[in-house]
Amino acid sequence: MRRASIVFAITFFGLLFASVAINHTQSVSLWPLARSYVELVPRELGAPNVITGILLNYRAFDTLGEVAVLFMVAAGVGLVLGRQPNPTVADPPETARPSSEIVQIATRILAPLISVFAAYIIMNGHISAGGGFQGGAVLASCLILWLLADAQFQVDVKLLGLLESVAGVLFVLVGIAGLIFAGGFLDTRVLPLGQLGAFFSAGAIPILSLLLGIKVGCELSVILARFRA
Amino acid sequence: MISSIVLITGLLLILIGLWGALTHRNILRIIISFSLMGTGTHIVIVAIGYVKNGTAPIIDSALGLAEAPQRAVDPIPSALVVTAIVIGLAVTAIMLAYAIRLYDTKKTLSIEALMESRW
Repeated sequence: MRRASIVFAITFFGLLFASVAINHTQSVSLWPLARSYVELVPRELGAPNVITGILLNYRAFDTLGEVAVLFMVAAGVGLVLGRQPNPTVADPPETARPSSEIVQIATRILAPLISVFAAYIIMNGHISAGGGFQGGAVLASCLILWLLADAQFQVDVKLLGLLESVAGVLFVLVGIAGLIFAGGFLDTRVLPLGQLGAFFSAGAIPILSLLLGIKVGCELSVILARFRA
Repeated sequence: MISSIVLITGLLLILIGLWGALTHRNILRIIISFSLMGTGTHIVIVAIGYVKNGTAPIIDSALGLAEAPQRAVDPIPSALVVTAIVIGLAVTAIMLAYAIRLYDTKKTLSIEALMESRW
C-alpha cells in the first residue's frame, strides 16, 4: 500500500514536471518588470549590480524579513539543542582526538584570507557580483574551519548576538532615514549616488550591504557554534 | 536550449529528492533529500529567468548601460534564489538539530522510533 502510494506520487510529479519541461520555451526578451528593474537600478540607485539593487532597495523589506527568519532559526536551534539531558553524548575534551597539524596550520594561513575575501564580497556587492548574504556565508565558513582545527575553540555567542543586534538596529535606522529623507522605508537614496561603478556610490547600498553581511555572518556563526556545543 | 537542460536537471533533482524523502527511514538521508529538493527548486527558478544569449545583469565594461535591457538575464529570479539559499540553509540547520535530539533521546537515527507520534 505504501509502496503503491509512493510510486503514484513520483509518477504524478514526474508527469507534471515532464509537461512543464516540454512546454518550456526559452524567453527571448525580458518581462516588463525585469526590464524596468534593469533600466532603473543603474539610473535611479546608481548601482551597477542590478540584483543587489533589487535586494537592498526595491525588495529590502523582504531582505529584512529574511534576516529575521535567520535570527529565529538561530534561536530555534538554541532551543532544540539547548538542554542536554544526558552529557554522555558529548565527548569529554581530553578524549576527543585533536585535528591534524596540517589542518591547524592551514587554518591559520587560510582564515585571514577567507576573512579578507568575505570583506571584499560584502563591500563590492553594489559594483560586481557579491553582496551581504554571500559575504556573510563566506565569513561563517571561516568559523567552520576554526571549529574543525581547534576542538577547544570557544565561540563567544553573546558577543556575536550583540554584534548582530547592533547591525540589525542600524539596518532599521537606515531604513527609517530613507522614510524621512527619501522616498520610503529602506530607500537607499539618502546619500549621494556618486559615479556609476565607483566604490563610494549607490547611496546607502554599501552601508546596508555591510550591515547585512555582519548580521548574516553572526547569525550563521551562532547556528554553527550551537551545533558544536 | 540551455535553459531547457538546466530546467530538466532541476526538475530531476526535485524528483530524486522527493523519492528519497518518501522511501528512506534514516533521518539524515531524509534531510539530504530535502536539500536536494531545495537545490532543484533553485535551479528551476534560475532556469526560468534565463533570456536567450543573456548575460549577468551587472553593468560594467562588458555590458553597457544602453544595451543592458536587451542582453541581461532576468534579475528577479536571481534575487529570489539568493534569499532562498539562505533560508534553505536555515531549514537544514533546524532539521539537523532535530536529528541530534532524536539521536540523543532514542539512540537511533531511524524515524521508526517516532512511530507513536504518527497520525
